[in-house]
Amino acid sequence: MEERKLTCIGCPMGCPLTVVMNGEEVVSVTGNTCKRGDVYARKEVTNPTRIVTSTVRVSGGSIDMVSVKTKEDIPKGKIFECVKALKGIEVPAPVHIGDVILENVADTGVDIVATKNVE
Amino acid sequence: MYDVIIIGAGVSGAATARELSRYKVKACVIEKEEDVCCGTSKANSAIVHAGYDAAEGSLMAKLNVRGNQMMEQLSKDLDFPFKKNGSLVVCLHEEDMPNLQALYDRGVANGVKELRILNREELKEMEPNISDQAYAALYAPTAGIVCPFNLNIAMAENANVNGVEFKFDTEVTDLKPIDEGWEIHTNNGVFQTRYVVNAAGVYADRLHNMVSEKKIHITPRRGDYCLLDKSAGSHVSKTIFALPGKYGKGILVAPTVHGNLILGPTAIDIEDKEGTNTTREGLDQVIERAEMNVKNIPLRQVITSFAGLRAHEDGHEFLIGEVEDAKGFIDCAGIESPGLTSAPAIGEMVAQILKDKMDLEEKEDFIATRKGVLDPNTLSREERMELIKEKPEYGNIICRCEMVTEGEIMDAINRPLGAKSLDGVKRRTRAGMGRCQAGFCSPRTMEILARERHVSMFEITKSGGDSKIVTGTNKDSL
Amino acid sequence: MRAYDIVIIGGGPAGLAAAISAKKSGVDSVLILERDKELGGILNQCIHNGFGLHTFKEELTGPEYAGRFIDQAKELNIEYKLNTMVMDISPQKVVTAMNREEGLFEIQAKAVVLAMGCRERSRGALNIPGYRPAGIFSAGTAQRLVNIEGYMPGREVVILGSGDIGLIMARRMTFEGAKVKVVAELMPYSGGLKRNIVQCLDDYDIPLKLSHTVVDIKGKERLEGITLAQVDSHGKPIPGTEEEYSCDTLLLSVGLIPENEISRGMGVDMNPVTSGPKVNESLETNIEGVFACGNVLHVHDLVDFVSEEAGTAGRNAAEYVKQGEAHRQGGKEIKMNPVEGVRYTVPGTINVDRMDENLTVRFRVGGVYKNCYISAYFDDERVIHRKRPVVAPGEMEEIKLTKEQLLKYPDLQTITVKIEEA
Repeated sequence: MEERKLTCIGCPMGCPLTVVMNGEEVVSVTGNTCKRGDVYARKEVTNPTRIVTSTVRVSGGSIDMVSVKTKEDIPKGKIFECVKALKGIEVPAPVHIGDVILENVADTGVDIVATKNVE
Repeated sequence: MYDVIIIGAGVSGAATARELSRYKVKACVIEKEEDVCCGTSKANSAIVHAGYDAAEGSLMAKLNVRGNQMMEQLSKDLDFPFKKNGSLVVCLHEEDMPNLQALYDRGVANGVKELRILNREELKEMEPNISDQAYAALYAPTAGIVCPFNLNIAMAENANVNGVEFKFDTEVTDLKPIDEGWEIHTNNGVFQTRYVVNAAGVYADRLHNMVSEKKIHITPRRGDYCLLDKSAGSHVSKTIFALPGKYGKGILVAPTVHGNLILGPTAIDIEDKEGTNTTREGLDQVIERAEMNVKNIPLRQVITSFAGLRAHEDGHEFLIGEVEDAKGFIDCAGIESPGLTSAPAIGEMVAQILKDKMDLEEKEDFIATRKGVLDPNTLSREERMELIKEKPEYGNIICRCEMVTEGEIMDAINRPLGAKSLDGVKRRTRAGMGRCQAGFCSPRTMEILARERHVSMFEITKSGGDSKIVTGTNKDSL
Repeated sequence: MRAYDIVIIGGGPAGLAAAISAKKSGVDSVLILERDKELGGILNQCIHNGFGLHTFKEELTGPEYAGRFIDQAKELNIEYKLNTMVMDISPQKVVTAMNREEGLFEIQAKAVVLAMGCRERSRGALNIPGYRPAGIFSAGTAQRLVNIEGYMPGREVVILGSGDIGLIMARRMTFEGAKVKVVAELMPYSGGLKRNIVQCLDDYDIPLKLSHTVVDIKGKERLEGITLAQVDSHGKPIPGTEEEYSCDTLLLSVGLIPENEISRGMGVDMNPVTSGPKVNESLETNIEGVFACGNVLHVHDLVDFVSEEAGTAGRNAAEYVKQGEAHRQGGKEIKMNPVEGVRYTVPGTINVDRMDENLTVRFRVGGVYKNCYISAYFDDERVIHRKRPVVAPGEMEEIKLTKEQLLKYPDLQTITVKIEEA
């Protein structure tokens, strides 16, 4: 049995959650004061994911950087691989919101897309 | 070989350079920092003292009164902000009245005009926010406030326009007598000169002691200050001093010539000649003592605090003149308060010494006036429209707090001895000096500096040396 | 002189939403004046996600959220001028502005919407002692350098203040290759959202030190290090608790101040608690036809609320333009009275005749309260008593009032809002 401590992000309450794990399996979640805490804890210990946002260089545009994000959540463990994959990337203007900047970043199956229009 | 090398581009060095530039002379100012006005001259009370403080018959008293008399005309000739707002020395207790009277008498003896002692009612009427404890005050209508940066910068620019060279980032490492004068060793080469002027501020003792057996000692005397937003600038209209008494020379409260309110300084003797760090105790003391003489100071409006170092010589007197055992080496040392006020007179005196020694001839083509960075707010609407049409950069506000345009910043960078750093721009234009303290404008000012000076963003500094602002590009270390 | 029905000062989220709402309410002559080179305001540099959950029911990044409003404004053909600084506004609503192309120019407005946003508190406002080297940035300045310009302000970072911008920048700097050593917070609680503490600090093992502040700054040219100390319950550093951190960068996220220099200049009455204008239920200031919304009115936590509030301001500005004097006629004013844990309310007064069917009163609390009630007393009668597991200063609270409800109390003078412990 393994215990993991988390802070719930559901509301400002920030309940201190304790998750008891048996290998990959969640045995119990305690410390939460509402259902959201339970749901959050189970996801967070089994498959934590995040949207990653960053910037890449853009050439010939009205500004030098364009903001980007992973189109969907990626596994938390892949964040730095994802950020590193963006190093050195430069795209030509114009760029529009939703344009794919990099496909299948860090083998996550998720694309990096632009989040800003640069003309 | 130079005729004169002035060490130090602070207010004394710049004043000397400017006065000297009236004559046919090959002169150079060397400065260890990247700009003029980087030491004591940039961090002080910005007061033009009337002249009642210094001991009767002292050089300090003489040059203070003379400097005060020169300041107004100089501010017109060289286009820097100066205002004769008057000062009040506040006496809180009836039993201290003899001290106030003594100050009055000394002022009269020093030649200060129009001095008056005000009773409580007159004082209250003149300055409604004066402490309710105030008993009386010495009123000196001839006292004023000045922009210390632009006084210093204006004199340096004018000297430069009149032929004086300036070398920055040049620090003296050694001074050697040679047949006809001196050899000055620096990190930036060796220079020979007939005469040396030692205007090195807190370092003047170090230079003096390199050449003379008659040692002097200068203590960096730190003064902490708080500066308040312009919304607090009219809290008092006169410069409010405390009567020197059991708390030493007190903390002043004054409007600045740009409309802020300044509180300070402390007087803390330290060892480190670069020790311009404020301390909690110092800042607390500033506030506590400022509130003894002025009530309801809106302390929530503090926008910055800073500290400056006065070059306090043990004898508390200006040391100006040729050093006895070092022929051709002219001291301009121990220039502490009222040094800023005295600067024009100090320049005059040192230049006179050099003129006499070298029998210098006046130039026919001396340019006596200088225009500062154009402030569009001083123009009429029509003139301003015309200016923007001609140079659209004057229509582009960069510093939102002080409403400084791109045109003014470009002017500050591209003029003689122009700004090279953010602080250089700030001292010349006030961009970044307002309530947000450069939060909004610093990235924009950096871009303008990089563009105008044809350097990369990585070379832009806050104040020269290693004070770089950005250290790389995104992800470059990943 | 040029004339517009409604001039909106600022093209950020508040200004955009106000303009869109004004136009949709039937006023065609609307002009936005924006000082930056693009619309969208500070959202352009907030490239992280988490915006728009209330408005669009999805998580957007700042530029995407702004983009949706910019698109709408363009579809509605709302006029705007970029790189244009408003210099001042007269009480008669003559707006003086300046830009490169047109120089100084005046615009006569029938109504003005103030939407200038806020600025960050600087180091100076905190009076932190020490040296004044390069390497000290407000978090927003650093955010602009990194996110818009692509420059790193430094490598080893300490952050003072755990407001959301500070937390977000901790993660951003980490992503871009910097080492964030610690985030210090003067208060015993964070001013930021819980989710940002977890996802920006905990995820990257960045420690958060509550009840700590910077007591010394070292380095004469570039920052070399800072000293942190624990503070007592009055915020005073406790001697002996000092810890040294070497760092080349100090980011400050120590509060936002509404930028009301123009408002003050035209004679708008200010609320000293919010540093924003005092407004009524229409978000109208003491000057008739001058409205305020967004962070210039009071600092918000979520941009969704800014958009909603600005929509109200824009709609009311349009009503004012359409009805003129009639807009102000009649009705009795109810005073809002924030006490006991409630720092302020927006609006500060309510005219029942003029109010919409529904009115959201927003406020912030002065401390962290657990298992408490948000209560509203209509004069002496407690009418609203809503249980909250926790309220904190970092998150805006609200109560909802309806016209129907207020009409039932014809003699009502004051609505008192307070936090009551369970």
